[in-house]
Amino acid sequence: MDFVNQLQRKFIDYSSSLHREGIVDDQFTQLRKLEDENSPHFVMEVASLFFEDCEKLINNMAIALEQKQGVDFKQIEECIHQLKGSSSSIGAMRVKNACIAFRSFSGAQNREGCLRCLQQLSHEYSLLKNKLQTLFRVSVASRCLYVCLVIFCRGNEHAEPFPDVLVFQLEKQIVAAGGSIPRVH
Amino acid sequence: MKLEATKFRPREVVKHVLQTAAASLQKILTLEGNVADDVPIEVIGDVLRIRQILTNLISNAIKFTHEGKVGVKLYVVPEPPFAKEGSQHGSDGSTANQTTTNVPKEETCTSTSQTSSDQRGFHGKKHEGSCQNRSQSEPGTPVMNGKIDVTEEQAELPETTVWIRCDVYDTGIGIPENALPTLFKKYMQVSADHARKYGGTGLGLAICKQLVELMGGRLTVSSRVHCGSTFTFILPYKVSLSCDHSDDSDDPDDLSDMDDHGDSDDDATNGFFQFQPRTLGSLFSSNGSSRTQKLLAHNIGHVNSHKINGFSENYCSFPTSNGQAKEMDLVEDACSVAEALEISSEPECSFSHSPDHDSESAICRGRRHHNDVNAENKVSSIDVSTYSETSREVDVKVKISEPQLPAERQGRSDSGSQSTLNTSQEVSNSISKPKILLVEDNKINVLVTQSMMKQLGHTIDVVNNGVQAVRAVQCRSYDLVLMDVCMPVMDGLQATRLIRSFEETGNWDAAAKAGIERPSPSSDSLQPDCTPPKHIPIIAMTANALSESAEECFANGMDSFVSKPVTFQKLKECLEQYLP
Repeated sequence: MDFVNQLQRKFIDYSSSLHREGIVDDQFTQLRKLEDENSPHFVMEVASLFFEDCEKLINNMAIALEQKQGVDFKQIEECIHQLKGSSSSIGAMRVKNACIAFRSFSGAQNREGCLRCLQQLSHEYSLLKNKLQTLFRVSVASRCLYVCLVIFCRGNEHAEPFPDVLVFQLEKQIVAAGGSIPRVH
Repeated sequence: MKLEATKFRPREVVKHVLQTAAASLQKILTLEGNVADDVPIEVIGDVLRIRQILTNLISNAIKFTHEGKVGVKLYVVPEPPFAKEGSQHGSDGSTANQTTTNVPKEETCTSTSQTSSDQRGFHGKKHEGSCQNRSQSEPGTPVMNGKIDVTEEQAELPETTVWIRCDVYDTGIGIPENALPTLFKKYMQVSADHARKYGGTGLGLAICKQLVELMGGRLTVSSRVHCGSTFTFILPYKVSLSCDHSDDSDDPDDLSDMDDHGDSDDDATNGFFQFQPRTLGSLFSSNGSSRTQKLLAHNIGHVNSHKINGFSENYCSFPTSNGQAKEMDLVEDACSVAEALEISSEPECSFSHSPDHDSESAICRGRRHHNDVNAENKVSSIDVSTYSETSREVDVKVKISEPQLPAERQGRSDSGSQSTLNTSQEVSNSISKPKILLVEDNKINVLVTQSMMKQLGHTIDVVNNGVQAVRAVQCRSYDLVLMDVCMPVMDGLQATRLIRSFEETGNWDAAAKAGIERPSPSSDSLQPDCTPPKHIPIIAMTANALSESAEECFANGMDSFVSKPVTFQKLKECLEQYLP
């Protein structure tokens, strides 16, 4: 059980770091509250939707900014508005802030400024996506592990150690998620 | 909303509110306060709310006044007729219990009674009481010189009720007639441009009105464009007879002693305050009024001319800066306002119960001002005039800054102060689940909001723009609409306007004009209009946290707003407030 606790602690620590670094804010916490037995993966679902949306919008803006015949700043503003709204709703603070900065450049119809902002925005988005995906993996891993433990503890009167294969797979997951495997005792 | 009952000192409240306003005053304006000496030293009431109302009215006055003055006048009046409807004090409305029985005064008396009798068509002692000397004009009032008219009933009461009227007047831009009827409606401002120019949420007056009425009083207004406005609220206050200041107040004989005090005391014999911007503090100006003492029916140790806590006051019911030309214009114009109000169609100013009183009180006020000025009273204040003139020379930056009711700015706090404001809204009965409409174009926002609502126990309908929102409302009767502001095709502001137009007119003409075809007759919400369509609470969801955005929402008919991102707390408060 200690293993699971450690993993869960890992999750909590990681999650805290995201808040600390400003990757996510309180709104993200609100989203976490929406997870319950009816929608256990709500945050992941919303995040996935957001990633899709974000990529599409960033793409559109990149294309718009490349138009030789003239940049449609109106369209860019609309994209920014949408992105700001979404990022705000899920608590993606740095993405949201990048949007706000972007908005003033697009308002000023400053193409160079917009390009820089778009780059910044892409960067923040990538960062967010990576971190959130890591978080999700740790979360999933700890849940998997917990479930496994439950199954094995219940099913195994002798409290034998886990089947190697399973442990191996879980360890892989954890490591892939950026965690480390505590020493087994 | 629970009303408090605390003892407080009206003079202090007035002074303090004015002082606070003056401290942040960035225009060249005179702020003055004038508390009649028949106003008790201490009264019992919800001082916090009264302070809020006063602050709001004063800050409005300041906001809309660019030169001249803003002032507060406080004085006792007899129990107004509307009080009988819900009076808890067992007063039978007889003037004896409530009125101010005065020692007759000099010419002011005459003029006032003349004022009273001049008023056409008014009814109600409220008007007679606008000058405290109206005892002369009331036939039925047992007036005994130098004595308190104390009935048996009153003498035995441990506390009694005094009705105090407060006028907040200004020499500002005034209010056009056509804006008067909707002035006290929530989120209504004189115009959208007006809202843009002057800011504000349009909530203040509605809140004030509700608060005043909740406390058993009335809030009314009279105004003239380019001249100024006067907002008046009348409230009942309990007064404890066991007041510390009572100088053996139960004994009428003692009170007759008070007679002698007034005239001789010159220093600070008036409840008059005046503030200018950038002054280091208040200025108490003795206007040298030699008002004779008024005795009070309430048998309480009241103001006499002695300094009590530095606030020795003498009654001074007339605008004291009468000497100034501006004020003269004002009062003359106030008279014309009154006339204008008489002639024009009756604005349903503040409350539906007695519209007559609104215009009449305005008439009364106008006339009274007019006559008061003419009746040259000794009130006037050469001191005051001088001071004001001097102060005008002070070079002060003109920047509008005013205190505001804290409740005005935030959706969240709105719910607190507005908790009682929506009691009149009809909502579907509690048996059926409330029908909620979410109007939002952003998929992520929809998902998040919908999930939150689900967790709060509500299923919601979702549409993605203003046109769809109007169509949805045409087809179904909703109990609450959460309306995003910025949307493609049609934004939330316009959609709200169209919905409100339907609520006001009973038809969808405006929507049709905007290109939304009318609903088919078979839709369930389109009943033959025997009953006016009910008001649907529409909550704006604003991404723009700046205040202009909020004002625009209110100006377009929204009831409240939540700023995005949407959280549980915000939704919960919304639901609690707008659903039964």
